[in-house]
Amino acid sequence: MIKVDGISKQFGKVKAVDAISFEVQEQENMILLGTSGCGKTTTLKMINRLIEPSGGKIFINKKNILDQPPEILRRGIGYVLQNNGLFPHYTVAENIALVPQLLKWDKKKTEGRTAELMEKLHLDKSYLHVYPNELSGGQQQRIGLARALVSDPPVLLMDEPFGALDNVTRSNIHKEFKALDELKRKTIIMVTHDVQEAFELGDRICLMDKGRIIQSGTPAELLFSPANKFVEDFLKDQRLQLEFKAVKLVDVWELLPNPPKKAKTPALPAGTDLWTALESFKFGKAETVNIQKDDEVKAATFEELMAAFYQYKNKQGHE
Amino acid sequence: MNEHQQTLFEFMGQQADKLAVQTLQHIGLTFISLFIAALIGLPLGIFITRKVKLSGPVLGVAGILQTIPSIALLGFMIPVLGIGAKPAIVALLLYALLPIIRNTYTGITGVDAAVKEAAVAMGMNKWQVLFKVELPLAMPVILAGIRTATVINVGVATLASYIAAGGLGEFIFGGISLNNTNMILAGAIPAALLAIIFDFLLSRVQKLNFKKIKKTTYAMPVLLVLLSSFYFIPSAYGGRLTAGFTPEFMGRQDGNLGLESKYGLKIHTIVISDAVMYKAAFEKQLDVISGYSTDGRLKAYDLVVLDDDKRIFPPYYAAPIIREESLKKYPGLEKTLNLLSGKINDSVMTDLNYRTDYLHQTPERVAKDFLVANKLFKPSREGSTGIIRIGSKIFGEQYILANMYSMLIKGNTNYDVSTKTGLGGTKICFDALTNDQIDFYPEYTGTGLLAILQASPKTVNEVTKSKDSTYNYVQQEFEKRYQVKWLKPIGFNNAYALMMRKEQAKRLNIKTISNLKRYLNSK
Ligand SMILES: Nc1ncnc2c1ncn2[C@@H]1O[C@H](COP(=O)(O)OP(=O)(O)OP(=O)(O)O)[C@@H](O)[C@H]1O
Ligand SMILES: [Mg+2]
Repeated sequence: MIKVDGISKQFGKVKAVDAISFEVQEQENMILLGTSGCGKTTTLKMINRLIEPSGGKIFINKKNILDQPPEILRRGIGYVLQNNGLFPHYTVAENIALVPQLLKWDKKKTEGRTAELMEKLHLDKSYLHVYPNELSGGQQQRIGLARALVSDPPVLLMDEPFGALDNVTRSNIHKEFKALDELKRKTIIMVTHDVQEAFELGDRICLMDKGRIIQSGTPAELLFSPANKFVEDFLKDQRLQLEFKAVKLVDVWELLPNPPKKAKTPALPAGTDLWTALESFKFGKAETVNIQKDDEVKAATFEELMAAFYQYKNKQGHE
Repeated sequence: MNEHQQTLFEFMGQQADKLAVQTLQHIGLTFISLFIAALIGLPLGIFITRKVKLSGPVLGVAGILQTIPSIALLGFMIPVLGIGAKPAIVALLLYALLPIIRNTYTGITGVDAAVKEAAVAMGMNKWQVLFKVELPLAMPVILAGIRTATVINVGVATLASYIAAGGLGEFIFGGISLNNTNMILAGAIPAALLAIIFDFLLSRVQKLNFKKIKKTTYAMPVLLVLLSSFYFIPSAYGGRLTAGFTPEFMGRQDGNLGLESKYGLKIHTIVISDAVMYKAAFEKQLDVISGYSTDGRLKAYDLVVLDDDKRIFPPYYAAPIIREESLKKYPGLEKTLNLLSGKINDSVMTDLNYRTDYLHQTPERVAKDFLVANKLFKPSREGSTGIIRIGSKIFGEQYILANMYSMLIKGNTNYDVSTKTGLGGTKICFDALTNDQIDFYPEYTGTGLLAILQASPKTVNEVTKSKDSTYNYVQQEFEKRYQVKWLKPIGFNNAYALMMRKEQAKRLNIKTISNLKRYLNSK
């Protein structure tokens, strides 16, 4: 869907981005991860031409992005800014209606779509007529997301969308983010320097350093087969938690001892990560957790899950 | 009626018509220039946010324009644009430019970069970014600039009366020349009120929230045009000839008031400063002016004095007037000052004035040449037993006289001299004298009688019959009231006079003021 082919950006003497290439598949959620100043924002802005590259090409749906006027290109790409960038002189409703106005939607359509998004993003209708400075940071962030989503663009670029939030708010938003059907249909490139966030939200991760991509792959690939010492060090601090998040129940399905049964009881879907499965022991009183894959269900205790996890990890290391 | 002091309110009531016209003109001038300044300043301010390299030079030039003294700027305008509204508006708009350009520039560059970037990223083109994001967000800052410019303009517009553009300056400067406090206040108070009111209103607009500011932004140009149009309302009268009178002349019994009452002269009149009046007559922008009979420009610009056949202009014989205290303090000074008495007649004075005003010789040189030719000059004795302070009003003749006196004192006595030239009009000069800021200055009998003593019409009628009775009367009264002594007259009579271009006066066969009136009344 999006193909970045050897793009570079030079600011004077600084090589902010140095000949990087990657591809993002349709409906994939791709994370640009890296330390501050490594060129993530610059890379992102080159995709909607806020910054023109010094070299290289970018294609969206096999079309060179230079082939259309930048305004038209941008109206088809949702963009969420680091500090939300809401217009302080527009009400919430006017902010959300920005792109529809540029696309000359009629008023009814805009209002309907706005109401729909407000509901999906758990925002009260009464906020529609207030100004952004009367909202909390988290609410502003959601309005920023609504503004980017309103015209239902196939591509969404997000620059540290949850950067300004505290941890509790952020993990709540993460949950909503994953649950939002609007986002499941989209091709997303998201910038973050938060490793947890990358692993929680990303299908694939590009780890960058000094303008170059060091390794790109699924979270599990980065964790269990790091390309070099840099990758390993980058993930070291939160390694265990990351591993629990990177491994899905489906990965350890074969390693669970209990025989499968026909599904009847409510159960966790096999796509759930191990971290969430382990968390359910904390809240639920049950000794075992039910896991569902296709139409089979396996029950597993805490110890059985942990054992399966370590077996899986060993196997990865030896491959 | 002259017995009791007229109050400010009585004056304002009496002059309500004029006051209304001047106020409207003042508002009009302020806002025409503001409107044009906004038309130029806003786009220019926006332009330099796009071409940042030009912002330095543009703001620099606008800044320099603002440091030019207003009178000088008005002066520069005359050769290019003549007199009247045009040069006044251009000068005002030049002053208003800087705050408007600067605030537009800082307002727009100050808009949050993230908001601008969001606008671009949403797919706005550069005009949409400008009109929907940058200008609305910069509006409070831009309005602050317009507010500053308005207040500056209300102030500077008082000077417009110098070049015949009207406004409240007519009262202010007329009042200063006539030593009439009520008249000064009748102009100054409304001018100050205008500044305060507009400042307050604009401060309210500035504080409005974004919703309301949108509407105000649309209302603003309409309002500006409306206020600008005030300038054109009063100028409804026309006429065959145009007269240009100084503010001082306008308010004097021995000036325009006398012309109206004694001659019944009705002529389309604009108020103008002495500095540009003669030139304007020469350039046919004015036909009749109120000059001084010894003015050098009379000769330079080929003008002719109309005979005052009904004797409304009292004699204006010049003589030094001096504090009696100073006479006592500096013995021998009186004798020295009287050296000049009887030495300069009308035509000599006109010639001396011609040399400074037209040939641009320095008053110092003209004074010295004259003294040398008349064998009055002696080299300075470099004395230091006391310092005599000489004052002068702000025109050439007085500069020349002050210089002559200075040389005479230095050459004939052991006193040193400090000159305080350019003390504005009569009021300022005379106040300086009575407040012991200067020791003496050259004054004219007519001025003493009418502007300083403010004699009643009856007295004026009586004492202006001859030059001696005028002199004797002012001498007595000054001594009694102010302890100021009139020394012997210098000789020339620098009276008010109406003058016209020689060629035109001849063609229309106008020799006297009565002739002029007859011509104006004929159809
Ligand atoms: N407009 C610019 N002019 C000059 N240098 C720039 C500009 N924008 C970015 N840079 C430089 O390019 C490099 C990459 O910047 P970029 O904003 O892409 O970093 P980032 O990875 O997004 O960092 P962060 O996580 O701190 O946002 C930095 O060294 C920065 O100083
Ligand atoms: Mg960044």
